[in-house]
This record gives sequence, C-alpha cells and structure tokens, in this order.
Amino acid sequence: MFVINCPYCGERDQTEFSCHGEAHIARPDNPAEVSDEEWGEYLFFRNNPKGIHFERWTHDHGCRRWFNVMRDTVSDKIIKTYKMGDQKPGVTDV
Amino acid sequence: MKYSFYNLVRNSFSYHENWEKAWSSPELKPEYDVIIVGGGGHGLGTAYYLAKEFGVKNIAVLEKGWIGGGNTGRNTTIIRSNYLWDESAALYNHAVNLWEGLSSELNFNVMFSQRGLFHLAHSVHDMQEITRRGYSNYLNGIDAEILNQDQVAKKIPHMNIHGRYPVLGALLQRRAGTARHDAVAWGYARAAENLGVDIIQNCEVKGIDISNGKVVGLQTTKGSVKVDKVGLVPAGHSSVLADMAGFTLPINSVPLQALVSEPIKPILDCVIMSNSVHVYVSQSDKGELVVGAGSDAYNSYSQRGSFDMIEHMMAPLVELFPIFSRLKMLRSWGGIVDVTPDRSPIIGKTPVKDLFINCGWGTGGFKATPGSAHVFAETVSKGEPNDIAAPFSLDRHYSGALVDEAAAAAVAH
Repeated sequence: MFVINCPYCGERDQTEFSCHGEAHIARPDNPAEVSDEEWGEYLFFRNNPKGIHFERWTHDHGCRRWFNVMRDTVSDKIIKTYKMGDQKPGVTDV
Repeated sequence: MKYSFYNLVRNSFSYHENWEKAWSSPELKPEYDVIIVGGGGHGLGTAYYLAKEFGVKNIAVLEKGWIGGGNTGRNTTIIRSNYLWDESAALYNHAVNLWEGLSSELNFNVMFSQRGLFHLAHSVHDMQEITRRGYSNYLNGIDAEILNQDQVAKKIPHMNIHGRYPVLGALLQRRAGTARHDAVAWGYARAAENLGVDIIQNCEVKGIDISNGKVVGLQTTKGSVKVDKVGLVPAGHSSVLADMAGFTLPINSVPLQALVSEPIKPILDCVIMSNSVHVYVSQSDKGELVVGAGSDAYNSYSQRGSFDMIEHMMAPLVELFPIFSRLKMLRSWGGIVDVTPDRSPIIGKTPVKDLFINCGWGTGGFKATPGSAHVFAETVSKGEPNDIAAPFSLDRHYSGALVDEAAAAAVAH
C-alpha cells in the first residue's frame, strides 16, 4: 500500500493520504423517526471484514479531495480507487 | 509442581532437566460446559477465574496460534489505572489491585514492577487536563500526584524539558508500572491447567453453531465440539467471530506498532507517556527501551503497520530524550487491535444466548488483563455482568451511554 492512486492526481506516496473508515454508509433519511437501534447501527456499527473492504480516503497533502478505495485488509493491497459518487465496484468487476 | 526455593534447589541436582511442563497439550473433548475462544491473557485469565472462583469444572481455552502469541506478547506492557471516568477507573483499578497479588496468586513471577508512570503535560491545556484527571482519580481512590516542571526535571534529569515540546508538568501514578507480558499468559495458563482447564493450541474456530438463538457448539480446525456457554476473547479478530455468530460489532481492527532498542544500562526507572506529542517509553529489565505510540487509521489484519508511524514514534522520542538519538532500534512489530468508537471495551452479552464477548480493548488491553478476566468470568458464569462490567455492555452503542475515554483522557494506552 505504499503508493496510492488518487483518482484526481495519480500515484502518490501513502503518507500524503489519510483514511477515514468505511465507505458507502447512508445516513437515514428520517433521523427523527428511526429507532435507537437503527441510529446506533448507523453511527457506530461497522463492517470490519478480513478481506475486501471499501473505505474513504482523503488526499490531505495533495488535492485535498475525498475518494473511495477498495482494499484487501489481509494483504493491505489496494484493488481499486474511485471517485465519490461512482458505483461501488463488485468483486467480479476488478 | 509448585515453584519454590526448595524445588529450585532440588531440580538443580538434575541440572534443571526434569522440571515438568508448565502446561500440556490435551486433545479436544467432544463437550464442554464453557469454552473460551482466544488464548491471550484475558482469555486464559477468564478460564482461570471461572475454575477458581466460580466453580466451573469443564472448561477449554481454544487458541488458533500459540498462547500469548497475539496481542498479549506484542504490547508495550504498561499498567496504570489513572482514567478519567468513574466506570473506567473502577475497571482498571480493579485490575491494578489484582496485579499487585498476581505473582503469588499464580505462583509464577509476572515481574510486575510498580516503577511509576509520568504522564507529561506540554501546554496549558495539558496541565488543565492532567489536573482535572488527577482530581478525578483522587475521588475514585486512585493514587495521583500532579507535578510541576521542577519536580519532573528532578525525577527525570535527562529529559529535554525546554525543547520543542516543553514539559510543563506531569501526572504521576506511583502504583503504575510494567509487567512481563509473556509471563502473564504463561502464569495464567499454568494455573488454569492446574485447576483442570484444557488449553488447546493451534485450534481455530471456523463456525459457531446456534440453535433457537442459543449457542450450542463450535466448529474448529480440530473438529466440532458441543458447549453450553462460550466466551469470545479474540481481540483483533472480534468482528470475524461475531460475523460467524450473525451479528456485527462497533469495532474497527487497525494495526498498532511497537519497537525496542538495543539493550543499554539502566537509564529510565519509570514509564513516560506523552499524549500530545504521542510517544510512550519504558526500559525493560533486559535493558531495551520499549517504545510505542498511535495506531494506523486504516483497517487491517496484516499484523504490520506503515513506516511513517514509526517515524511519528521516533521523532518525539528523540526530541524529549536527545540522549537516545544514537541508539539502534532492534525490532519493530505490529499487532491488530480492535478499536471501539469510545475507546472503551465491550464486556457482556451478545444477541446470541449464552454467547458472551470481551473485546474492544483497542490499544490498551494489557493493563486490564486480570481485571478484565475476573469480571468476564463472573459475567459468563452468572449470565449477567457485575457492577464493574455493566457500563461496558454492547447496548451502550444504542443507548448512547458511551464511556468516552478517547476524548477525555489518555489517547495512548
């Protein structure tokens, strides 16, 4: 994982980036109406897979933009980087 | 065989070749009353207290590698209890109370050394934080001394207190210190086996059998086993085991690194912690400086961290102690720690009946080993957490009653 391919800037050193946890978590549309359990799940509970993980990174010391990364948490190998709003890749897409 | 001066002399006549093994390698039986998954200090300790204090007879500890080969053998061995919140103070101080009698209780020298821990303050804000926490510690019956700059300079003369990170004061806990981490796992394993606990190494859990919402058995690499109650104490792999049982946890598993220097003569007779510049250091009895700092931010199970984190540890260390700058670092390694949103552990029940979990210790579990094991043993045997464990339930992530130590007290553990 020493080099990360920023979708905006290209390949840069890992130290320019920081990771901000699981991606593709949707905030409930109606926060006032959801139960404590649903709200707790949204706020705190995370997939923490041993394998393929989708996560958010920022290019702090570069373009400062956010993007998503598909990475294997066993080998730390990055499989794909893609822009915010792009379709979440399936395991068979790469 | 009891470890004693008499037995030491007696065995010296046979050149110490006839000591019996501290623990054996039994076969997995088809059925157990309680199985503890995870053979680190917390898991082995849980089995020990279950057998000793809660009268459970038929217990096994399953460990996928070798005992103490996970985070128990990878941490920086710091023990302290000067936490801010009442709930944490009760839990960690319970552990320190047990640490103080542990070597004689287990008949195994865990080398618990109460050498004192200095928590450094580098700014006015830091001084306010340690003062607040020190007074909170007083109220909870935990020893704490708030030291000014001169007092710190006198205690640690070779520290650079006027450098880039000036040291304005420190919070000192004299009962804090270090212990030999391997000895904790070995001591609990030996004591547990003496009470009839089966310690099964190289036995990985591959599946959890659930019937009508109750745990009934485990699938392992050494075959399937029936069980009445299960305690999961898997540290970094907590989410993997929870996934087998069909629920998720509020946990991210991230790498945490540590490193040791070449051994040198005694130079540091206490533990130094700095949250603001983020490094902690102590000197082992072998003479190595044991250094740690923060975890990486990304999820990983690789048991290795990134190189820049090592630089983040070393930079403040050599700034605080320029005298260490010419030391060579001998080894660095990583462990996978299970971090919760509030940096407090999860101890208690799960959505599955008779399946209990003790996890989420994140970067600071070693110091709590005896206390964690003791309260978890009571939780497993009675089916309900006791007063110390109750605030650390999984349910707090729904109720919002978090025990928020990340923001309020020490980030580094």
